[in-house]
Amino acid sequence: MNNRRDFLKETGAALLGSQSAFALAGSLSGADRSETSPRSKVVIARDPALHGQGTQPDEQRVLNLLDHALETYTGLDAKDAWKKVVAMGQAQDKVIGLKANGLGGKGIATHNSLILAVAERLQQAGVKAGNILVWDQNARFLEACGMAHNTDPAKIRCYSSDVAGFEDQESSWGVARIRITKILTRECAMVINLPILKDHSMAGVTFALKNMYGVVDRPFSLHADNCNPAVADLNAIPVFREKIRLTIGDAVSSVYEGGPGFHPERLWHPNALIVGEDRVAIDQVAWGILEKKRAEVGMPTFEAAGRPPRYIATAADAAHRLGTNDPKRINLIEV
Amino acid sequence: MVRRCSIWKESAVLVAMAVLVLGSSCKKGAQDPFPASGAIAGWQKTDATRVFEAKDLWQYIDGDAEHFIQAGVVSTSTADYTYNGNLEAVVDIHTMGGLDGAQKILETGLTRDAKTVQLGDQGVQYAQSVSFRKGRYVVRIVAYEAAPDAPQALMALARGVEQRL
Repeated sequence: MNNRRDFLKETGAALLGSQSAFALAGSLSGADRSETSPRSKVVIARDPALHGQGTQPDEQRVLNLLDHALETYTGLDAKDAWKKVVAMGQAQDKVIGLKANGLGGKGIATHNSLILAVAERLQQAGVKAGNILVWDQNARFLEACGMAHNTDPAKIRCYSSDVAGFEDQESSWGVARIRITKILTRECAMVINLPILKDHSMAGVTFALKNMYGVVDRPFSLHADNCNPAVADLNAIPVFREKIRLTIGDAVSSVYEGGPGFHPERLWHPNALIVGEDRVAIDQVAWGILEKKRAEVGMPTFEAAGRPPRYIATAADAAHRLGTNDPKRINLIEV
Repeated sequence: MVRRCSIWKESAVLVAMAVLVLGSSCKKGAQDPFPASGAIAGWQKTDATRVFEAKDLWQYIDGDAEHFIQAGVVSTSTADYTYNGNLEAVVDIHTMGGLDGAQKILETGLTRDAKTVQLGDQGVQYAQSVSFRKGRYVVRIVAYEAAPDAPQALMALARGVEQRL
C-alpha cells in the first residue's frame, strides 16, 4: 500500500469482491454492513457422540455432521449444497484449497476425518481429486493433520506453503507486510478454510481469521500487540477477501488454555463444526465458546488474562469491513 | 527438485545444529539427552532431533515462542517417540538462559490438579504429560492420546532424559 490512491483502489476492489462473497447462505447473509443489511449466518452443528469411546472422532459421524451443518447453512440437501459451494467459487474445473491447521501437533490439529470428509463431498460434487489441494504452513503441520505429501494429480494433492514457495513481491495492508504462498495467489480459485478452535497465548483466540498466518512467509512478524491489528490487516489483503469463501471450523476438539500448542490437560471435546462465510462472525462466536468453557473451569476471561482478541473488532471496523462482530447482526443457528 | 534439495540441506543443517547446540549446552558434554531407541524399555525414538534457536522458535510453536523468548530461551530441541508402537509422544527440551527463566516456564499455566513428582529440581505430572526443570533446562513430555499405561511410561522416559542432562 503505497499511497491513499492505492489504498482506496484496493479497498474498493476488496469491497466489490466481498459483495458477492457471502452468497452461500442466500438472503440470510450479506457483505454490505449497513444497518439495514441482512445478518451473517453462522451454524454450529453438534454431535455429542462424535468421539464415542475412542480418542479420535468416528469418521462416519464426522461426515454426517458435516452434511447436517451444510444442509442447515444452505437450506439445501448435502449434494446440492456442495454443488453450490463449488459454483459460488466458480471453481468447477479449478483448484480448491483446503487450508488446514496442524501447528499444535497431532493432539490438536484439524482432524483428518474432517479434511477427508470435505474432500469426499467435493468430489461427489464433481471436483476432480487432483483439483483438491490440502495445505498448511509446512510438511510437519500437514503430518499432524494426518496428511502425507502428494503431488500426483490423480489423487488429492497435499503440500505446504513453504514447498510451493512464496511470491517474490511483498503484499501489504496496514502493519501486515508479508509474502503470500503461491498456493493461494496462483493455484487456488477458492479456499475452504478448515481451522481448529484454540486458545492462543498472544491472540487470545485462534480460529477462522488467524488461520491465515499459515499462508505467509513471516507469521512471526504479525504477533505484536496481541496480533491486533495484524490479523485484521492480513485478512484485508484482497486475495484473502476474494478467495477464502467458506469456513468449516473444526471444534471437534479444542484447547481452552495453553494454546496454540497441545496441552492435553486443557483439552476438551465440543464435538462441533462451525460453518459460515463471515469469518469475523465465526470468530466472534468462537470467542464466546472459549469464554464459556473457561468460565466453567474457573479460568479468567481473556480480558482478565491480558489477551482479549481485539483483532475481531478491528476486522469488523470501517477500515477493514471483513464481517460483523455485532451479536445482533449474527444469525447464529445451533443444531 | 530445487526445493527438495533445499529441504535436504535444511534438514542436514538442523541435525548438525542439534549436535552442536546439545553438545555445547549439556553439562555432561557429549551425552545426548534424548534417549536412543530401546534405551528406555518400550520407547522408540522415531525421528531426528530438531533444534530451534530462539529466533526461529516460531517455526515450531508459533505465538508461544514469545513467552519463551521473554523468559530467556536459548534454544529448544524436540524429538518424537512411540511407546510399544502405539502411544505417540513428543519430548521438548528448552535450554534457558538462567534458572529464573526455567522456573517461570515450568510454572506457567500449572493447574491445581498437577501432581508433584520427584524429577530434577522440580517436576509435575498429568495423565498425558510430565514436565520438569533441571538447572536451566525445562523438559516437557506429552503423549498425544490417553492410555492406561501412559503415566508410568512417560515417567520412565522423563527419568531417562533427566539422567542425561
